[in-house]
Amino acid sequence: MWMKKEPRLHLPKVPARPGEEPDFSYVSVSAAGAVARPEIQTRARDMMSLSVDMVRVLDDQGEAQGPWNPHLDPADLQVGLRHMLLTRIYDDRMQRTQRAGKISFYMRSLGEEAVSVAACMALKPGDMLFPSYRNQGLHICRGLPLVEMMCQLLSNTHDMCKGRQLPVMYHSRAGNLFSISGNLATQFPQAVGWAMAAAIKGEDHLAASWLGEGSSAEADFHQALLFASVYQAPAILNVVNNQWAISTFQGYAGGEQRSFAGRGPGYGMPGIRVDGNDFLAVYAVTQWAAERARTGHGPTLIELVTYRAAAHSTSDDPARYRAKDDAQHWPLGDPIERLKRHLIKLGQWSEARHEKLVQELESLVAASWKEATGYGTMNEGPRLNADLMFEDVFKEIPEHLKRQQAQMRAEKGAKHG
Amino acid sequence: MANMNMIQALNSAMDIMLGKDPSVVLMGEDIGYFGGVFRATEGLQRKYGEHRVLDTPIAEGGIIATAIGMSVNGLRPVAEIQFADYIYPGFDQIVSELARIRYRSAGDFHAPVTIRTPCGGGIRGGQTHSQSPEGIFTHVSGLKVVMPSNPYDAKGLLITSIEDDDPVVFFEPKRLYNGPFDGDPNKPAVPWSAHPKGQVDGGYYKVPLGKAEIVRQGSQVTLITYGTMVHVVTAAAAALKIDAEIIDLRSLVPLDVDTIVSSVKKTGRCVVAHEATRFSGFGAEILSIIQEECFWHLEAPIQRVTGWDTPYPHAFEWEYFPGQPRVMAALKTVMESA
Repeated sequence: MWMKKEPRLHLPKVPARPGEEPDFSYVSVSAAGAVARPEIQTRARDMMSLSVDMVRVLDDQGEAQGPWNPHLDPADLQVGLRHMLLTRIYDDRMQRTQRAGKISFYMRSLGEEAVSVAACMALKPGDMLFPSYRNQGLHICRGLPLVEMMCQLLSNTHDMCKGRQLPVMYHSRAGNLFSISGNLATQFPQAVGWAMAAAIKGEDHLAASWLGEGSSAEADFHQALLFASVYQAPAILNVVNNQWAISTFQGYAGGEQRSFAGRGPGYGMPGIRVDGNDFLAVYAVTQWAAERARTGHGPTLIELVTYRAAAHSTSDDPARYRAKDDAQHWPLGDPIERLKRHLIKLGQWSEARHEKLVQELESLVAASWKEATGYGTMNEGPRLNADLMFEDVFKEIPEHLKRQQAQMRAEKGAKHG
Repeated sequence: MANMNMIQALNSAMDIMLGKDPSVVLMGEDIGYFGGVFRATEGLQRKYGEHRVLDTPIAEGGIIATAIGMSVNGLRPVAEIQFADYIYPGFDQIVSELARIRYRSAGDFHAPVTIRTPCGGGIRGGQTHSQSPEGIFTHVSGLKVVMPSNPYDAKGLLITSIEDDDPVVFFEPKRLYNGPFDGDPNKPAVPWSAHPKGQVDGGYYKVPLGKAEIVRQGSQVTLITYGTMVHVVTAAAAALKIDAEIIDLRSLVPLDVDTIVSSVKKTGRCVVAHEATRFSGFGAEILSIIQEECFWHLEAPIQRVTGWDTPYPHAFEWEYFPGQPRVMAALKTVMESA
């Protein structure tokens, strides 16, 4: 019987658990500037190495290297730095408000700011974004006011979701930012559908979506790649490989045997592995993929190699499952520090200017919070009318919901009366 | 007997079954090294090894499908779906496959899979961490569907479910993990140690599927419910000083029709309560059975207490949740009717 023999099922290795030294020897890293930049019309099968190597532009000294250097204007780099810093300061402040009991839940993007901000800057405002729950840099980069984002977190009277969604599940119709789902990977094939519609309608816009490497295990990821490839949809599909899905290491999503970018060629589209903490590299590969999409060369899968430096959410404690201080040992460094060093190297930035910007953004976040909480918090101030619960289930409220709405009102009246 | 909360009781059930039966394996997202996001499997991978307690990819369809395959090859998988709200990627495998393998192969194959999944609201989980989808599964022929309301039953029902040769979807009301909850979020939390059903036998025992429990004997009205609502209706009836007979169904499929019917025939009045949405909810099935079996004994129209027919909203959790005021209103209506 099988029970009498030694089990021989392979189990992915996790490099370092609590009490062990952080170990990132499994991450293969190319030198900055070492990877060639193919012409955009190159066929997927002729650039397979892009899914194995790692596109990097910024070297350890803060210099931009090689053919993927997007040669951005220093002013644009400063904008990118500002968006990333604002994202981090916003995250930090919102995390603290959750700890203080002002919001029910929060998810930071610490260490992953370039993934959202650089990509967003490389796209056009008409491009439709289908974010995951850890892409707040997209919303900030698209100019969604912080007050609006905070009101969503507070489920208050100015909440864009009218109190229906968990914190961080933003959307912006005007900003072309699709409604975030609490379920995983669902946005990926939806983005492909949006892109197919753009192609059907003969428009030039593309769709971009993001999910974590853990979510790439879901069937929706594979269906997205298949449809994108079959119809050569103008889509950019981003796998944010931050190494951890709550406690699940990326090896359990298939990262042990092959890079996530490697799934692109499997479905007939280019897959590019990129240093996700390198603002310039993320910008450059997104720009390259966007040009391909806009010129009819189809979809691109991008794997952004990064690290989830914070907990999964305010409900999570990574000290239970991964090595302590591991983010400090992450071989690709910190995206904000790296862009800052580059700008200083260019003579376009200084520690003093940086400190001043930090202060300015902290004030902005604090002032925004003050305004947002004026529209109500979970426990204080004005509250949304509970009648809203019954709206938007359908375009018009059907009879049975009207009856339930009346019953709810009576219940509330009885409770307080 | 030991004090256990519901998590500890579930953990104990799995511990005992892993020790007793080498074909039992656990699988799910974050359940192994980490011990599960609700800690239900804490310590079990360390004790039984990585081949018995499997961390899986984040793919509910894959989890359920591979659990089916394992079960067909002689294992007895207990699959955790982290939240019931995440079960839908596995829906096809549950409905079209798991539920029908015995039937379509004329009994030559069967799939003894248990799917454990936390359900229900009351934890500020918003629309993707609060649902009670049991009625979707009771509508599928070939699935057994269970929902305990306390630690003692949770352990005994889970052991029975794991040993059952048919597939079982085992819903765990997560608001009850740490203590009974009477529907009032403003009251201080009560631990299970203060409740008789928090006294749990440390060893092996079973609670049968298909056998409801009469939580309280009464004469004036029958309250039929399961899960979190057992505690809510008990508190509401006590507040109104109504001599209610309270039935905790515990298993929805198979259903203990006899206990329902004899109680309603005795009291002549009935309120059915569940946290799930109303329209086509499991309560409708109970009402139909009572109509068929007890019509001439009824003294008032049966009342239903449920969640509203909307997604579970983050900001209006307590306006949505069928708390004591909603139960009391239904009780008053059913008592006042001639």
